[in-house]
Amino acid sequence: MTESPPAISATPAALALIAALEQQHGPLMFHQSGGCCDGSAPMCYPAGEFKIGARDVLLGQVGGAPFYIGGDQYERWRHTRLTLDVVRGRGSGFSLEAPEGVRFLIRSDVCAV
Amino acid sequence: MRYARPNTPGAKISYESRYDNFIGGEFVAPVKGRYFENPSPVTGQTFCEVARSDEADIELALNAAHGAKDRWGKTPAAERARLLNKVADVMEAHLEELAVSETWDNGKPIRETLAADLPLAIDHFRYFAGCIRAEEGTLAELDEHTVSYHLKEPLGVVGQIIPWNFPLLMAAWKLAPALAAGNCVVLKPAEQTPATILLWAKLIGSILPPGVVNIVNGFGFEAGKPLAQSPRVAKVAFTGETTTGRLIMQYASENIIPVTLELGGKSPNLFFADILDHDDDFRQKALEGFAMFALNQGEVCTCPSRALVDKKIYGSFLELATERTRRIVQGDPLDTGTMIGAQASNDQLEKILSYIDIGKKEGARVRTGGERVRLGDGLENGYYVAPTIFEGHNKMRIFQEEIFGPVVSVASFDGFDDAIAQANDTLYGLGAGVWTRDVHTAFRAGRNIAAGRVWTNCYHLYPAHAAFGGYKQSGIGRETHRMMLNHYQQTKNLLVSYDPKPMGFF
Repeated sequence: MTESPPAISATPAALALIAALEQQHGPLMFHQSGGCCDGSAPMCYPAGEFKIGARDVLLGQVGGAPFYIGGDQYERWRHTRLTLDVVRGRGSGFSLEAPEGVRFLIRSDVCAV
Repeated sequence: MRYARPNTPGAKISYESRYDNFIGGEFVAPVKGRYFENPSPVTGQTFCEVARSDEADIELALNAAHGAKDRWGKTPAAERARLLNKVADVMEAHLEELAVSETWDNGKPIRETLAADLPLAIDHFRYFAGCIRAEEGTLAELDEHTVSYHLKEPLGVVGQIIPWNFPLLMAAWKLAPALAAGNCVVLKPAEQTPATILLWAKLIGSILPPGVVNIVNGFGFEAGKPLAQSPRVAKVAFTGETTTGRLIMQYASENIIPVTLELGGKSPNLFFADILDHDDDFRQKALEGFAMFALNQGEVCTCPSRALVDKKIYGSFLELATERTRRIVQGDPLDTGTMIGAQASNDQLEKILSYIDIGKKEGARVRTGGERVRLGDGLENGYYVAPTIFEGHNKMRIFQEEIFGPVVSVASFDGFDDAIAQANDTLYGLGAGVWTRDVHTAFRAGRNIAAGRVWTNCYHLYPAHAAFGGYKQSGIGRETHRMMLNHYQQTKNLLVSYDPKPMGFF
């Protein structure tokens, strides 16, 4: 593979939340979800909680935590660059930040070709 | 007409300040004594607190369910059906209260909860009450003396995790077949919308035997995970998104139990050129079918969020469709004239706005909408988004990911093959729509689109007697329809010899 995946970065607010969650839960990991309800949103788990499959793609690290996306979804997202942010909100799937009354959110930009 | 807000004079319902879990037929405080705030998306303000449960509470619920399962599983089908019908009757007698609550908790317009969520949920209990009465096993005569009986048995105790977009209806979709088949349930509502099912539990609590239905509230990681991972559940049913769906499968694999998953889609809605051939009712119906992307604020797993329009009519159709979309009335969800209400949560609102942002950055054109709406009259902090039409192409992110908001992305197609190719160029396959006056085109398109349900010259109908579920990454299994009973049953084969003579082998 010659092409490198689009970078993932994180806002200061997201980095602060990652640090706080790490204090509570230990090392973390992220997986970008798709589908409905809370889909299209990133999920944060204790490292190793979610089994990474052979076709998942590692987009990069955020605050020391690996950020993955499903291989098929990556193919459809690869032309965009992602920024992990955090907003006020309520829960989502099994993502760790739900009880804090906040929610991780992905913002996107188009990669320069 | 406008319904009074809950807990105000003239209101149909008053919430208590705090709600516990419903376990073993009683309301039980969470073991750790913790609660979380539940805001209404209509105003953005908290209106009650709900139990913040964890593994200890799930265990209590599982104890209650296991205590009830043998008796419930052996309760005659006629009696189970009678009780399910009674549940339906009580819901019907309290339809307005439950509808107001659902609107207040979720943000959806009252005309939808009155006309769809509640009637469909009620009918679901009646439908499965009927199905279980007609359920039969099979037998086969293998030879003159040997008979093979196939008997259906309940799985036992099942776990169900409910989404927030149709909180009570999605609970009914999962509860009714599970209970009809003789299972006991531990159910975790979505933490965004826990209120109505607790009112429901109060209403129907004395109808079902204690422990048959148990409701444990809380956050996914704290309460959902111990339920999904428990070796004491025989099956997990989940509606949500793909990453959590994979996690649920992973947990289920630890216990070797089945799952049903409904994980959403990016449903294409195909408009063939002949729909504009005549200026008649059918043309209006097709335009209404386009505008269905705004139903439930777009928070539907089958939201027709990709409109694919025959290039021969693209300009004229989109002009009519835009005009129709602009006529959608947004306002107070408790007003019966309101057609689109509030998004279910602030993070949902933010996610939709982030998708509108990337849509613009990718070069899609906003035809109408594209912004947050600030309503007055105490609704300033509610989560409202204007119905939005984007024009672009199918490779854009807004065509590939379910935004779960009132946002439709429109592209044109050139001929039948291109229409099908674009419709199927998605990771998902839950719903689809086909609009044409030509029965041959309709049938061919319906068969060629890789989706579990293809609405043909209609959209967003959810009758109990039609199977619902996804192809591809949209999930596993089906919901609704009597075939759903199979998802909650084991097959017991009794292989019986009526021959008194030995086989003669040993």
